[in-house]
Amino acid sequence: MNDMTPTREQRTAALEGMGCKRKRVEDIRFTQGKGNYVDDVKLPGMLHGDFVRSPHAHARVKSIKTEEALKVPGVLAVITAETLKTVNLAWMPTLAGDVQMVLADGKVLFQNQEVAFVIATDRYAADDGLNKVEVEYEQLAPLVDPFKAMDQDAPVLREDLAGKTTGAHGPRKHHNHIFEWTVGDKDLTDTAFRKAEVTIKEMISYHRTHPSPLETCQCVCSFDKVKGELTIWGTFQAPHVIRTVVSLIAKLPEQKIHVIAPDIGGGFGNKVGAYPGYICAAVASIVTGKPVKWVEDRIENLTATSFARDYHMTTEIAATREGKVTGLRVHVLADHGAFDACADPSKWPAGFFNIVTGSYDFPTAHLTVDGVYTNKAPGGVAYRCSFRVTEAAYCIERAMDILAQKLGMDPAELRLKNFIKPEQFPYHSALGWEYDSGDYHTAMRKMMEVTDYAALRKEQASRRAAFKRGETREIMGLGVSFFTEIVGAGPSKNCDILGIAMFDSCEIRMHPTGAGIARMGTKSQGQGHETTWAQIIATEIGIPADNIMVEEGNTDTAPYGLGTYGSRSTPVAGAAIAMAARKIKAKAQMIAAYKLEVHEDDLEWDIDGFRVKGLPEKFMSMKDICWAAYNSVPPGMEPGLEAVSYYDPPNMTYPFGAYLCVMDIDVDTGVYKVRRFYALDDCGTRINPMIIEGQVHGGLTEAFAIAMGQEIRYDDTGNVVTGSFMDFFMPTMVETPHWETDFTVTPSPHHPIGAKGVGESPNVGGVPAFSNAVNDAFSFLGSTHIQMPHDFWRNWQAAKTLGAVA
Amino acid sequence: MAKTRVTMKVNGAEVEGLVEPRTLLVHFIRENLQLTGTHVGCETTHCGACTVDLDGMSVKSCTVFAVQADGSEITTIEGMANPDGSLSALQEGFRMMHGLQCGFCTPGMIMRAHRLLQENSSPTEQEIRIGMSGNLCRCTGYQNIVRAIQYAAAKLNNVEFKEAAE
Repeated sequence: MNDMTPTREQRTAALEGMGCKRKRVEDIRFTQGKGNYVDDVKLPGMLHGDFVRSPHAHARVKSIKTEEALKVPGVLAVITAETLKTVNLAWMPTLAGDVQMVLADGKVLFQNQEVAFVIATDRYAADDGLNKVEVEYEQLAPLVDPFKAMDQDAPVLREDLAGKTTGAHGPRKHHNHIFEWTVGDKDLTDTAFRKAEVTIKEMISYHRTHPSPLETCQCVCSFDKVKGELTIWGTFQAPHVIRTVVSLIAKLPEQKIHVIAPDIGGGFGNKVGAYPGYICAAVASIVTGKPVKWVEDRIENLTATSFARDYHMTTEIAATREGKVTGLRVHVLADHGAFDACADPSKWPAGFFNIVTGSYDFPTAHLTVDGVYTNKAPGGVAYRCSFRVTEAAYCIERAMDILAQKLGMDPAELRLKNFIKPEQFPYHSALGWEYDSGDYHTAMRKMMEVTDYAALRKEQASRRAAFKRGETREIMGLGVSFFTEIVGAGPSKNCDILGIAMFDSCEIRMHPTGAGIARMGTKSQGQGHETTWAQIIATEIGIPADNIMVEEGNTDTAPYGLGTYGSRSTPVAGAAIAMAARKIKAKAQMIAAYKLEVHEDDLEWDIDGFRVKGLPEKFMSMKDICWAAYNSVPPGMEPGLEAVSYYDPPNMTYPFGAYLCVMDIDVDTGVYKVRRFYALDDCGTRINPMIIEGQVHGGLTEAFAIAMGQEIRYDDTGNVVTGSFMDFFMPTMVETPHWETDFTVTPSPHHPIGAKGVGESPNVGGVPAFSNAVNDAFSFLGSTHIQMPHDFWRNWQAAKTLGAVA
Repeated sequence: MAKTRVTMKVNGAEVEGLVEPRTLLVHFIRENLQLTGTHVGCETTHCGACTVDLDGMSVKSCTVFAVQADGSEITTIEGMANPDGSLSALQEGFRMMHGLQCGFCTPGMIMRAHRLLQENSSPTEQEIRIGMSGNLCRCTGYQNIVRAIQYAAAKLNNVEFKEAAE
């Protein structure tokens, strides 16, 4: 060995593998404006489609006149439900087992519902055309309040369901009822409440909001009549699922459908579903024989494609006087809008809301969820969370604070008292989950130590006294949140989408020069997969991450995958990568043994190659093995070095974290200031700490937006009153707090690299932290629960209601 | 609709085109000039994804008509790299400080930050946050964008990068 021989540390560092703050490969193109997003796709002769939309929330469509529109220069055609009926596409199936109108068929059921699709030579002409389409409506009584949906005299929304007493998820109780979902032991829970020394009950609402990625939903459809092939470029978080859905509903052979998801400008759940725009653009291309582009504008995005939340959760906890929880009872009224288009695994009408027992050892729990129709946009996507997990985390974290208040206990102490203990893992929850791993006490105590929680409580006490003496008009709140997520959907035993098990996949192909390509069933929308997936491979097979190209989003080349949402990419596809890499490594070991003339068992792995045990100088690097794979494999072995893995996870993963928000609120104006926000996340093994931190910053900012003002609100007649960025709260740099991040590491015992997923944790844990801070601030004035979102006006209203403001 | 001829200097090159009076500058840039780095996020002047530099000012090109830009000098994200093709200080700052995720807001962010640093070569964190408040990002939570701009400012000023205090 000479001085030039790299050390083990240098060899490891050169790989830029797991644990490395590797800079992102994507950024080279994105910082130069060289990304390739859907609206950047331009094809010869491409047409543009745009929608005529309903101004009413509920109305009968009496007639649609298109003659004047067709006279507009540049307008080529107008598609209505009548046109779509000729190809049996006026309605489409939803992911939740319901059906949804593609274009208004007899009625409109929400404001801005798609009524007609105008096809023109450019987007301006399409807009001219849609203004000339004359639609005659007969207004009907709108149903806006979900609590009135099952009134005897509630208007009938879904006439197509007349007489259907059973839906996709069991019996329907009312013409506006979608499903009832029940989990847990009712009798045991009722008994716990009968015997309880202390109980709390509160209706906790999680308002309707919207993921609103900066790039809206859009597509380009191009039908080749000669080949009978349809190519779709689209903003798809799950491209393969889109291909299968298109094949099933358009009756096109699946091999003749090419779905391409290029760069995507944020998703956050908005781009999981299938929307009328995709169907109309595809039909328009088939009808005209030309490529057709559809691009949503922002108002359409906020008002028509896929809201999130809208859960109204009546929550009860039973406990002992000492603060030990003994039972949980939750009833959810779920407002699903006009069609049940929730993007959940097929068997889960309320997603994984049954994670609602949270981080606490509830001996028993009982949950019922009633889904109802209203005259609002369909959707119900997991906005930066695993399916309905953020609703569940908000519900239990708010309820634990309410219980602490009733008991006169500190909220952090109450949590510590009820946490699932480290030795209880794997833990079976009362509502049916098996938590893989956790060390909640350590995380909570670290949070309390780093933030000096005790000192903050002392400060709060003295400031409350000062407020009561009239020396200040500012109140201080501490928002404690300790969340457990359930991500990585999921095991085929309980998760599928339209019958397809929710595995994910990776195919790795190594080239002779020690480089390679990995193709994935996932699709990044900003998560940085091109960077992090290569890091997993680098550590697993000892090839530098820079030598691995990651490709996603082309259904012709990628192995079938279920896509990226619900923090499932790392838990599922991340595992598939490791498993595929290990297949590569196993073959590489056989090649190395042959070349080094030893038995395979005599080799040991050493960072970037195989070494003969006890003979350190006999070493073959992975790079050299790649070359050998193409020219001198052992007799009988096929040449080449590639592998594919379809990974069906044995369980979900359960990331967790401890958050603290310190907030000051001026009671006279309702203006708040986030003084400090500390977020400790445990996502198991950390692949790229830089990217994790970035994900946490982003998720916290979205949580901040949701908790403090971001709402899709309707007036009494069903008009959306927050339909643009003027009214829909989007925090700028000025409002956004400074984020402090921290971590513990509790690997997942069943995941090949121990990773759990992190992208959505900060949204799940962040919302309760903000809301608990506001509620904690006001609690000493006598309130138990103030509904979100906590904007200035509502804070001021709360102060008035509580008598703090004249 | 009748079309009007417009000429501009875009990223140093003279360009011309026929536009309707209602054609938005962002559509002229994206469709006529095929410079697709400038993005459309809201069409209502809120998000700033379409920010370009027009005669020494940051403008949101979704709310400027192409005819209003006739005779002007425009820089878009495609004109931001160093002459040798390497990343400029701001582009490098965004990459080094992880100031972007999905990349959709990034061109607008970089164009606005470029003008901000022309106006104030050593901004404090607060000045950056106020100066950049017309640009929305949904992914990053902004903290790393602030650091990216601080990184670029330090590099352009030839001083050591350190994060400014609030």
